[in-house]
Amino acid sequence: MRSRVLVVDDDPALAEMLTIVLRGDGFDTAVVRDGSKAVEAFRETHPDLILLDLMLPGMSGLEICKEIRQESGLPIIMLTARTDTVDVVLGLEAGADDYIVKPFKPKELTARIRARLRRTDVTSAERLRVADIDIDVLGHQVSRDEEQISLTPLEFDLLVALARKPRQVFTREVLLEQVWGYRHAADTRLVNVHVQRLRSKIERDPERPEVVLTVRGVGYKAGTQ
Amino acid sequence: MNRPSVAVPGRLSAEPVIEPVTGPAEPDPSRSALARQRLGLLGQFLVRSLWVRVILATLLLSVMVMGVLGIALQGQITARLMQNKLDAAIAEVGAARGSAADNLVGAEVDPSQVPRKLNLALEQLADPARAGDGSGQGSNAGVFEPVLISPRPLLADEVTAGPAKDVPAALRARIAAGQLASQYVTVVRDGVRLPALVVGAPVSTRNDTYELYLIYLLSGEQRTLDLVRNTLLVGGTLLALLLALIAALVAHQVVRPVRRASAAASRLAAGALDERMAVKGPVELAQLSRSFNGMAQAIKAQISRLEEFGQLQRQFTSDVSHELRTPLTTVRMAADLLHADRDELPPHLARSTELMVDELDRFEDLLADLLEISRYDAGMAELSAEVIDLRSVIGNAIYTVTSIATVAKVQIITMLPDEPVRVQIDSRRIERILRNLLANAIDHAEGHPVEVEVAADDTAVAVVVSDSGVGLKPGEAGLVFNRFWRADPSRQRQTGGTGLGLSISLEDARLHGGWLQAHGRPGEGARFRLTLPRKQGTLLLGSPLPLDPDEAADPVGPASTSQFTHSVPVMQLPVSAVPVGPQSGDGLLSATALAALSSGFHSGAAADPGDVRTEPS
Repeated sequence: MRSRVLVVDDDPALAEMLTIVLRGDGFDTAVVRDGSKAVEAFRETHPDLILLDLMLPGMSGLEICKEIRQESGLPIIMLTARTDTVDVVLGLEAGADDYIVKPFKPKELTARIRARLRRTDVTSAERLRVADIDIDVLGHQVSRDEEQISLTPLEFDLLVALARKPRQVFTREVLLEQVWGYRHAADTRLVNVHVQRLRSKIERDPERPEVVLTVRGVGYKAGTQ
Repeated sequence: MNRPSVAVPGRLSAEPVIEPVTGPAEPDPSRSALARQRLGLLGQFLVRSLWVRVILATLLLSVMVMGVLGIALQGQITARLMQNKLDAAIAEVGAARGSAADNLVGAEVDPSQVPRKLNLALEQLADPARAGDGSGQGSNAGVFEPVLISPRPLLADEVTAGPAKDVPAALRARIAAGQLASQYVTVVRDGVRLPALVVGAPVSTRNDTYELYLIYLLSGEQRTLDLVRNTLLVGGTLLALLLALIAALVAHQVVRPVRRASAAASRLAAGALDERMAVKGPVELAQLSRSFNGMAQAIKAQISRLEEFGQLQRQFTSDVSHELRTPLTTVRMAADLLHADRDELPPHLARSTELMVDELDRFEDLLADLLEISRYDAGMAELSAEVIDLRSVIGNAIYTVTSIATVAKVQIITMLPDEPVRVQIDSRRIERILRNLLANAIDHAEGHPVEVEVAADDTAVAVVVSDSGVGLKPGEAGLVFNRFWRADPSRQRQTGGTGLGLSISLEDARLHGGWLQAHGRPGEGARFRLTLPRKQGTLLLGSPLPLDPDEAADPVGPASTSQFTHSVPVMQLPVSAVPVGPQSGDGLLSATALAALSSGFHSGAAADPGDVRTEPS
């Protein structure tokens, strides 16, 4: 089954070019050029992934991102021309899973999209436990004391990666490779922001994390049982 | 009657009322230089403090005034006292000579009677009861000891009565000449030396002349003068201290608002732009407060103008970035699509797409560099520093230049420490610096190897990237960081750098509080040294690696303490053999991989010395 990508971009030439490239790589595409219609289009087309330009007329990419995150955890990749810390971090904090900086190469784009659509390998009915969090890998369920916690697929992958090797300390680079699929150095802010997002959902007190622990100067590791 | 000549009193002279000024204590020779230095600093503070200065000046001036005043006062009192004494004594001796003359009448008839007559006269002088005319003891001039001397030049011995030995010869000479005279002397009574006034007068009977002296002991006057002097001393000291205290209070009143202004200015400088001083108190201080507040207002307005300007610049940069990048993305993707299918195109079109893609790469790089440098110009560069192993950053940078190194057939030799080099940096920026240095070195290496050396000490890390290529002419080391500067404009470019790389690298290094320096000689290659503080916010004092390889080490840099430089194995890393890249499946050239490589080469040193160089010491 072909994955469907919703392209939200106000630039007609770029939107068309994206469509050509994605179709050529075997994706179905839908395009929406007006930011205010993006959420509507998302509800109608049920895409597997959204490519979202941050600067849009009508409604800013950040707001669209936040609104869609209210309803769904589907992968969102930001298209941004700005690499400033604030811009990127704001986008990630709004709920984007990854970002790609213009100008980019077609291969780079499709690689990013495939990495986000590729899911964590599930070998068997695997169950993991980190601190007081239960993870049902097959069922994509995370719970504490029988209470369901809703995570986006990316946050789920991040938690599973840490939980599968509870004693290992993961550097940000390793997490970027395992969770985001980056083969070489990328922006470690991706990891920082998503760890913060993950913590805000699964920690009792995000200021004093027990599930995802920071190892100063190295990276992160899963909390002990 | 002759006016007596008064000799200047010896011991009675008013002593200057000078307070013991306690100067800085003589430093104990056993004290260390440090203590002396601290004393010196303290002294400097004391001298430079307005408050202390005012107090010291007041104290000094009041002591001086007190001293002069005291000396004058005591001199005046002494003179008056002595004059009165002298006047009374002269009056008394005038009266005494009359009564003595009466008693001595007839003594010359019988020389054997002279001593008896003298004693009789003396007794009468000394006994106030017989002196009914008030010329005896207890008169104005006070207690005296009379002396009568009969010179009798006809006899062998002169006859005296009373303590004649206390009468000085000079005085006797003047009395013998018929004058009435006086002199201050020092006499000994009961073994105590006492000041005394001797007044003498000739006593003439019908046939003979005698000398009459009255010795007045001045111990009473001495006591009075001592009392006056002590009173002046104590009073003066107390007054001076009191004045100093008053000066301290007054100075404090003046200095306090100055200190308040200073504190307010410090807070203003620290960024509290809304800091203002209360306009109150005396006119001058209120004026100071108003001036300060005016200045603060002006600074705040200026800063907000600059902030606004920076904000506009930032917005413009961002807008240009977006506006340029969106069409560029479309062009880029279109070009890449064409490029991907260039085999199906006729040769001239295929070559065109290749050229287009290559130049798009350059265009992108140039755009990115321009935006980065404009961000620095606007003062909008942000540092997101975290602690990271520098070796992994170097590994990443080497990985990114692997392709151009392969094309240029340049080897990259790394000398990295075995243990992690943890340093607080913005890895994106440092990797960019290293990438630029490496690309620059490869570009100018002319096929010779490029070396990357790392050393660290407790406070700083240094990375030196050196090549053995064309080198730098004198003066060029300072120019290489200029924008769009090229050593030789006619030289063919290989890597097609934007000409902004080193300028941006310099800004990146500065943003970290680090140094980026170049060194080189014509034909001997160039050396670029990046020195970074291990912790952000610390000041660099030296570099663990020398900039000029001919110098042993940076004189200020504690290179000799580096635990790495001596034990670092030098590994030769043929670029083609670097086990990195997406194909390897291992991802980036990680710190552990480098360490493993490093130790591998180290252990292989004995087996194949040709592959391993020892570091030149």
